[in-house]
Amino acid sequence: MALRTELRSETAPVRRVRPTLAVLERHLVLYRRLWQASVFSSFLLPVLFLLSIGIGVGSYVGRVQGVDYLSWIVPGVLASTAFQIAVGESTYSVLGDFKWVRAYHAMRATPVGPVDMVRGHLLYLVLRVTIAVAAFLVVVVFFGGLHSPWALVTPLVCALLTVSVAAPVTAFAASIDHDSYFSLLFRFVVIPSTLFAGVFFPVEQLTAVLRPLAYASPLWHAVELCRAATLGRDTAWPVPVHAGYLLAWAVAGLFLAVRAFRRRLED
Amino acid sequence: MSAQPLIYARGLVKRFGEFTAVDGIDLEVAPGEAFGFLGPNGAGKSSTMRMIGCVSTPTAGELRILGMDAVREGPRIRARLGVCPQLDNLDPDLTVRENLVTYARYFGLSRAESRRRADELLEFVQLSDRANGKVEPLSGGMKRRLTIARAMVNDPDLVLLDEPTTGLDPQARHLLWERLFRLKQRGTTLVLTTHYMDEAEQLCDRLVVMDGGRIVAEGSPRSLIETYSTAEVVELRFPGMPEAGARHAAALAGVGKRVDPLPDRVLVYVDDGDAALAEIHRRGLEPSSVLVRRSTLEDVFLHLTGRTLVD
Repeated sequence: MALRTELRSETAPVRRVRPTLAVLERHLVLYRRLWQASVFSSFLLPVLFLLSIGIGVGSYVGRVQGVDYLSWIVPGVLASTAFQIAVGESTYSVLGDFKWVRAYHAMRATPVGPVDMVRGHLLYLVLRVTIAVAAFLVVVVFFGGLHSPWALVTPLVCALLTVSVAAPVTAFAASIDHDSYFSLLFRFVVIPSTLFAGVFFPVEQLTAVLRPLAYASPLWHAVELCRAATLGRDTAWPVPVHAGYLLAWAVAGLFLAVRAFRRRLED
Repeated sequence: MSAQPLIYARGLVKRFGEFTAVDGIDLEVAPGEAFGFLGPNGAGKSSTMRMIGCVSTPTAGELRILGMDAVREGPRIRARLGVCPQLDNLDPDLTVRENLVTYARYFGLSRAESRRRADELLEFVQLSDRANGKVEPLSGGMKRRLTIARAMVNDPDLVLLDEPTTGLDPQARHLLWERLFRLKQRGTTLVLTTHYMDEAEQLCDRLVVMDGGRIVAEGSPRSLIETYSTAEVVELRFPGMPEAGARHAAALAGVGKRVDPLPDRVLVYVDDGDAALAEIHRRGLEPSSVLVRRSTLEDVFLHLTGRTLVD
């Protein structure tokens, strides 16, 4: 009996790769119709941001922590782009696929299970984010914004950040019944995170009261990792702590998301 | 192998909190059969269908689909089912063909095979000319046909249709019936729920009537009519009808097997309509209108589940 259980848990992930990829494929087919719109928000907008804030504001700010302001905010804009895509694509579209399109109900009638649905969705976001981040990095090279070959690991950091924020937000979207909750999420979580997570200024500038909020946000940890990578220097805290914190959010989020999908599709 | 039922249920129960939707039903559906669940709203038809489709876990009882346990082998069973749900859940942003191809991929079909199946099925449901169009502008009947095509994409052993023609206009219904009849002729096992008697008579070899979560009758459409109704029904209207109804009904006692006074007419269940009419005239009754018709499943249904309106 114990042997059988063991065999099962060994073969299960292998068997489940295909349904996950099928879910990913649906997202990609849908994306093929919408990609023009997303090019603006996930690529042009960050570049415009970089130009206006990095160069425009930067000429007044001067140097921050020993580098020019543009180089300093590149990793911040990079990580926050990943953050925006991850959150934005895990709200209305997830709720919609339960409530209006009922695409998840359609999948439920096939061998595709809740685990595949969650994994397919997150895989799609990782793909989207990686492409957006890579394109952004190429532009940044021309502005001399990268100072270390370690910059090559930033897409990996952004991929991890994507899972660690998209998974819990997906769980949230799958648990609610009305989209008005999303405006609360954006107002009280997403916008403060973006403003105070070390994207535009060092968190040391924050009062001691607010600083723990930055530390709690997965975005700050990803920004720290990206900044260390593009500038070729040490992170605020040890790398395993930053990465471990992101991983913890990712694992907890995955667990909650699968549970939320299962509950919503049962009965 | 062929003797094994595709659906086997014993004491099947589904409860939602305090509410019992399905209250201990027994079922067997053989390969190649067209089987129907007939019943008013809230009778437990859809809950039963969802358990058979392995998307809802039975509260109690045994349920085996295609010889496998419905609770433990859900994914393996679903791989061989085709499901047409009551609520359309097509992808409105995808084209008609993309809807079929992405769905085929959920079953692990190769890309080439998915495309081949999609084109073949679009032909079958007469939507080939809309293949590259969006789903959104399709009519209700077209969407329903597309959903049925989607349910066929994995070449299922068992097709589940939950109220397949509800909300469709007569032309769309007849076209759909004709397609479903073809499936049946090919030997596909169909299980459907409906509250349309004509649909059940058209499509089902055998059906059960459900009411209040239980099976109240079972048999072929013809045998149900023979058991619970009579060969013919005489419908009589009298002047001054609602008030005079009871008096006329009393005067009709013994003419047929059963007399059913309704607000607007009196139904007399008889074996021979003409003989009954002769008897009615002999008794000196003068109805303002007379209709002799064959008994239908509707008579059975109303007899078994009552005339109270269920919403």
